[in-house]
Amino acid sequence: MSDRLLDIRGLQTYFHTFGGVIKAVDGVDFTLDHGEILGVVGESGCGKSVVGFSIMGLVDEPGRIEAGEIRFNGKNLARCDERQMRKIRGKDITMVFQDPMTSLNPLYTIQAQMEEVMKLHSDMNAEQRRARCLELLREVGISQAESRLNNYPHQFSGGMRQRVIIAIALASYPRLIIADEPTTALDVTIQSQILKLMKRLVKDHGTAMILITHDLAVVAEMTDKIVVMYCGRIVEKGSRDHIIHNCRHPYTLGLLGSIPRLAARQARLTQIPGMVPNILDLPKGCAFAPRCTYAQDRCRDERPELAKLESGHHAACHFPVMR
Amino acid sequence: MLLFSKKSEAFLESELFHNFRGSYSAISGAGIIAFFVFIVVLGPSLVWQNPYDIASLELLDAYKPPFWIPGGDVHYILGTDGQGRDVLASIVYGTRISLLISLAAMVCSSVIGAALGLISGYYGGRLDGFIMRVADVQLSFPSLLIALFLMSAFGNGLGKVLISLTCVGWVIYARTVRGSTLSEKQKEYVQAAQAAGLPNHKIIVRHILPNVMTPLIVVATIQIGTFILIEASLSFLGVGVPITQPSLGLLVKNGFDVLLSGLWWTSVFPGAFIMLLVFGINLLGDFLRDELNPRLR
Amino acid sequence: MISYLIKRIFQMVAVLWIVSIIVFTMMSFTGDPTYMMVPLDATQEEIAHARALLGLDKPYVVQYGIFLKNMLHGDLGRSFVFRQPAFGLIMERVPATVEMVMVSMILALVLAIPLGVFAGAYPRMKTSRAIMAGSLLGISLPNFWLGIMLIFVLAVQFHLLPSSGRGDTVSLAGVNLSVFTRDGLLHIIMPAVTLCFATLAMLLRITRAGMMEVMKQDYIKFARAKGATFHNVLFKHALKNALIPVVTIFGLQLGDLIAFATITEYIFAWPGMGKLLIDSIYMGDRPVIVVYLMFVAFLFVLINFVVDIIYTFIDPRITLR
Repeated sequence: MSDRLLDIRGLQTYFHTFGGVIKAVDGVDFTLDHGEILGVVGESGCGKSVVGFSIMGLVDEPGRIEAGEIRFNGKNLARCDERQMRKIRGKDITMVFQDPMTSLNPLYTIQAQMEEVMKLHSDMNAEQRRARCLELLREVGISQAESRLNNYPHQFSGGMRQRVIIAIALASYPRLIIADEPTTALDVTIQSQILKLMKRLVKDHGTAMILITHDLAVVAEMTDKIVVMYCGRIVEKGSRDHIIHNCRHPYTLGLLGSIPRLAARQARLTQIPGMVPNILDLPKGCAFAPRCTYAQDRCRDERPELAKLESGHHAACHFPVMR
Repeated sequence: MLLFSKKSEAFLESELFHNFRGSYSAISGAGIIAFFVFIVVLGPSLVWQNPYDIASLELLDAYKPPFWIPGGDVHYILGTDGQGRDVLASIVYGTRISLLISLAAMVCSSVIGAALGLISGYYGGRLDGFIMRVADVQLSFPSLLIALFLMSAFGNGLGKVLISLTCVGWVIYARTVRGSTLSEKQKEYVQAAQAAGLPNHKIIVRHILPNVMTPLIVVATIQIGTFILIEASLSFLGVGVPITQPSLGLLVKNGFDVLLSGLWWTSVFPGAFIMLLVFGINLLGDFLRDELNPRLR
Repeated sequence: MISYLIKRIFQMVAVLWIVSIIVFTMMSFTGDPTYMMVPLDATQEEIAHARALLGLDKPYVVQYGIFLKNMLHGDLGRSFVFRQPAFGLIMERVPATVEMVMVSMILALVLAIPLGVFAGAYPRMKTSRAIMAGSLLGISLPNFWLGIMLIFVLAVQFHLLPSSGRGDTVSLAGVNLSVFTRDGLLHIIMPAVTLCFATLAMLLRITRAGMMEVMKQDYIKFARAKGATFHNVLFKHALKNALIPVVTIFGLQLGDLIAFATITEYIFAWPGMGKLLIDSIYMGDRPVIVVYLMFVAFLFVLINFVVDIIYTFIDPRITLR
């Protein structure tokens, strides 16, 4: 048994709807060590958020975890009941959601909402809690913390709200933070501030983080390892260097090519032609084949499995791109 | 013809119909409504007595209880009233009046309300402000009181009830349609039509109106039930329909006068029918609202 | 704050003024009341004389002007039937109506909110569905029919409760209330239950809808992500938010109660202002009708105002504009 923090094997989370079964996550494996930052990248609807919710046990009807293991600290989270998960949520694993505007309850002060986590998972008394709140607010860079404790969420800007949410996520010294598109709803200027803040905090505390995003530029800055998803499956995974500088899957290549770079002279942004297929009607063979410029007959007939390209770098492609 | 059958085919396979079939309450509601429609259309020919034809009444048969109670008569299944009128027959005729008035009121208020809502939402500005102000003020008063007041001023009569109900009912249609119009107005197809030079009234009728039909249908369905209850209440108080054309509410009123002597069937049965009818409408309306609500993703 | 108050008061007065015009205009269509005031065998001269006394020979606008002037001086007209100041008649009966409305409202709230929360939190349970079916039945019931049924079953058949009237009263701060006497309670049960039904059903549905809406919000999921128990999430996070729509329609519901009280008072011969209104409509007692409507309009305007103020205390996002 390795001392990995998180080991996910064969995770399958399906949604049973009127129109059919949506295989939101269809066979996902990856690992995470203590203190590592993992990026999960993909277009909307590829299942990356569902991976995050599956780990937290927050997948609601009509979805459920059909199969697979989520090994965290020796426990299989996929098999834990609600009571066990509640002990873990907010304490060992915490989550940061996408929209700071709606993540906080508008009727309670932020002090109340921050203290809620502490009340749930620790024995601190009122004084200790208040002190910790102030400490956290300072850590996330909110000035005049004292006076802001009694404010309501609507009195904060989007960026500041996200900082509060990050503070809540750090409150119980978690082992793992799952950040689901934490900066997508924020102004571009604020985005990099928040990201830098998150990276610094996470490294300072030795917390691991799963950063879920559609923005490859974000993961390029932040992460140690990257997992690229498409239509519920992993198409490529590896270290940051592997993916950014030496990616092999045509989809990853496409994603990288569509990042505008200020300094470099680019004739035009490359675009991945076509559209994401309907998740209820996936093509036989490789899901990306219809849009892939390198696709051949084998790709359309046979679904590629994740194969090892080099140590720590895997891709699901019959003809990985040579660079 | 072909288009119609294609549409009905699409409907039968739609999620709406599928959910309808699976919902006990929706089917019950539709069933109840169908039953009442049946009564309205075929009732008079099935019931042997016309309670408004004085010649067919037998005064000696007055106040007979329902047939399962001693003293009852199988000819008068639900008993008779003080004039020898068969309660069931009265209910059949009364239902027609109740339903017809409410349907007419629904049509009138929806047409007026929708028109005002479309104009208000599309043109905006002072006109919109004014109409909505009136609506808001009117909404702060209970509809029943407004209707009661109007009828006390007008006097009894079918047409007057219709007018009162329309005055009370237009507001919710106007509000709903205005809301939908506002959101449709932002959409690109409206801007495209404007850019193409289509005159405003054509845009409203041809483009926006079809798209606001859905919430309109939901509101209209539930409103019929509301109108039935208001009309029944007005008639019960004696300020609704005239005595010569009794609706179910008036029947209950007549029965109430003798209730304390133990003669319950003349008021209980008509009232039960009102409840059943409105219940059926609400069941269906509820279902439609849940299904057609775009917010419940 | 002050500017808001001034604006509101101005609006309220404007509404009341418009209502007075409408009421007065409509009432002048109800025929000539002179005939009520004179004996049956009055001559034409005596009738004309009475009409002049009543001021009914003057042009409409002048009549309205007199009406308005009198109203501002506190003279709201005399009942044709009782020959007493109409306002006094109404005021005498207000406590009875208020009592019944209050009891109904309390009954409705106490039952509707817990049931609504339950039905909203566990929407798929059989009990919840039963509750919802029951509430739908509640809003489909004709209020008068329910009263009739109750009277028939509890009073006529089983002689458990009195079928009409108000019970003994006890004077509290100059106001006569009947809820504090046993006899009074017996008398008020049926009317209050009849009246509260529709409101109960409506409040229940709104609470449930509010709960279901709130449970889908992100902050609920976030609370769960913090490790909160379902119970916690329900009562701490969801409830307060779900009750906001309840407060919104509270004023309207109170208005509905006052409106339906007319019917309930009529059925149970409850001596409140609603019964007075119905009786006055039958007897063509114009002044009383006018005063009732003005008073009730004033009440509604006031209730809406108070509700708006209360609203700001509940939801910190709302500020008075």
